Amino acid sequence: MGFRVISKEALGRMVRSLQQQYRVVGPKPVAGEFIFAEIESADDLHLDYTQTVVPPKKYLLPQHEEIARFNLDGSVIAPVLDAPPTVILGIHTCDLHAMQLLDKVFGSGYVDQHYRKRRENVWLIGIECLRPCTPHSFCKSMGTLTASDNFDLHLTDLGDEYAVDIGTERGEALLQAHAETRFATDEDYQHLNAVLTEKWPRFAYRLDFDVSELPSLMRMSYHSKLWEELGKRCLACGSCTNVCPTCYCFNVQDDVDFALSVGTRTRNWDSCQLDEFAIVAGGHDFRPTRATRQRHRFMRKGVYQTDAYKLLGCVGCGRCAQACLVHITPVDTFNQLYHDRMNAAEAKK
Amino acid sequence: MPETLQDTLKDSLYLPQPARILDVKPMTQWEKLFKLELPRGVSLGHEPGQFVELSVFGVGEAPISITSSPSRSNGSFELCVRRTGDMTNVLHRMQPGQVVGVRGPFGRGFPIERMRGKDIVFAPGGLGLAPLRSLINQVLDERGKYGRVTLLYGAKHPSELLFTDELKQWSERGDVDVHVTVDRPDENWKGNVGVITTLFPKVQVYARNTVAITCGPPVMYRFVLMELMGKGIPEGNIYLSLERRMKCGVGKCGHCQINNVYCCQSGPVFAYADIKALSLSEALT
Repeated sequence: MGFRVISKEALGRMVRSLQQQYRVVGPKPVAGEFIFAEIESADDLHLDYTQTVVPPKKYLLPQHEEIARFNLDGSVIAPVLDAPPTVILGIHTCDLHAMQLLDKVFGSGYVDQHYRKRRENVWLIGIECLRPCTPHSFCKSMGTLTASDNFDLHLTDLGDEYAVDIGTERGEALLQAHAETRFATDEDYQHLNAVLTEKWPRFAYRLDFDVSELPSLMRMSYHSKLWEELGKRCLACGSCTNVCPTCYCFNVQDDVDFALSVGTRTRNWDSCQLDEFAIVAGGHDFRPTRATRQRHRFMRKGVYQTDAYKLLGCVGCGRCAQACLVHITPVDTFNQLYHDRMNAAEAKK
Repeated sequence: MPETLQDTLKDSLYLPQPARILDVKPMTQWEKLFKLELPRGVSLGHEPGQFVELSVFGVGEAPISITSSPSRSNGSFELCVRRTGDMTNVLHRMQPGQVVGVRGPFGRGFPIERMRGKDIVFAPGGLGLAPLRSLINQVLDERGKYGRVTLLYGAKHPSELLFTDELKQWSERGDVDVHVTVDRPDENWKGNVGVITTLFPKVQVYARNTVAITCGPPVMYRFVLMELMGKGIPEGNIYLSLERRMKCGVGKCGHCQINNVYCCQSGPVFAYADIKALSLSEALT
């Protein structure tokens, strides 16, 4: 099935129409950065944005999410499943890939109903990236420069219009109910192909090896000396995991009202980089050094998630590199491990 | 229709069920034994070695191993809890009649099917006796299905020994070889003195047909493992119950991860052979 075409004016009208039924969120400029936030008018739309500080993951796994309410005496214990119907407009392909991993994590084994309910009430509209967004992104190397197939709709900027790729039936229904589109003509096909062909060389391969080698490279690098080096630099601030689109670790906390009669239970983003992450109540810390915690993070990104879910834990967005105060970056780390490995192999010859 | 506690997770994985405290028994300065009752019609349905997530509402939730055995659960179950964190300190001040929350049971328990017909060595240290007691009583309730049964139990001090009444009963049965040791004796202590490894020369088993189960503080494992392997017990027959911060119990929150597995899902009971085969180098840290 072919794609549709929507004019930029019509997309503005689509947003207004969607707003009648949905919370519509998209990239918005705030204080010199972009963030995903509610779109009040179509003029807010900045689909040519660079990168948001925090990924749209927050609409599936909010930073703070109430999951239960209770009376302190245990007489009432009720789940809270809050999932406002939301359209996320303008998701970069790396973030689409990341959401695919989150779907697997929360949908495998014990199915997380809180996540599932949000996911069912979130519509994903992607935007094709036509030029590199930040100096740190390395999506082309990670295989995420092309959209994963979890989008409901996916847009590609053709100048005055967007090509609209329909990914799901619910995406098609959304389009039919809220947008004026036309079927693509031969000219549109040529236009789209030209845009995609021109875009590809604008992005650089930044890993010095093929990403298919990453899991085995990581497995072989478990005892690398690099982890100690990273551990010496790391401030254990958790910025890297805070901005990561594939990080999902959380802690759970109770809060109590002033009258000490009712309470809420909230799950909050947590970080494996923080020093208390793996401590048990008795005081033993199962990952006591910054070096072992950085190793754990990179192992999760490069091999553990492929072991568990057959998807890489890193989508190459580069946010962690952007956020890191001491310039620990995945590109440098992966490349260093690769070259260390190669040099070691060379030395053996 | 009777439902299990796990069935109650159908609306939310994170929703505890109310459990009434039936009895609280002080055991040591640090540990108390709590007897809990689930709502009418809900059964725990656990196997030895599994754990529950225990909530004190308004304070928090933590994983606690189930210390009662399935063979002895009459609508109630027991948790032996050390007061060491926020939740457990509040719990220790709670009284019979008050209500806590429970989710679970979670995790993979001990391989009871594999243990039948075998000689058994239990080697718990300290609070490690709590999860093993569930299995010990299960084994003793079907004693005929096992070969020689040996229990080696080590604690720091006589005042820190848990389940002392049951230790006495077990050793008086005549069909369990019970050895207890303490690191630091007091003036009344007449038993063994030394760490748990000093008890191993007393073990008389047919090693190739023996299953060994150990649980204790992290520092204990590598020494106990050396003793067990030194006896010739196969690595695939040595099981460890590992402690981790199993915050969610359902393989999501990330806190209990050991390399690429979640302790709450793949464990907390692991065969030593699996720890090696899966390269779980973080397991014995």
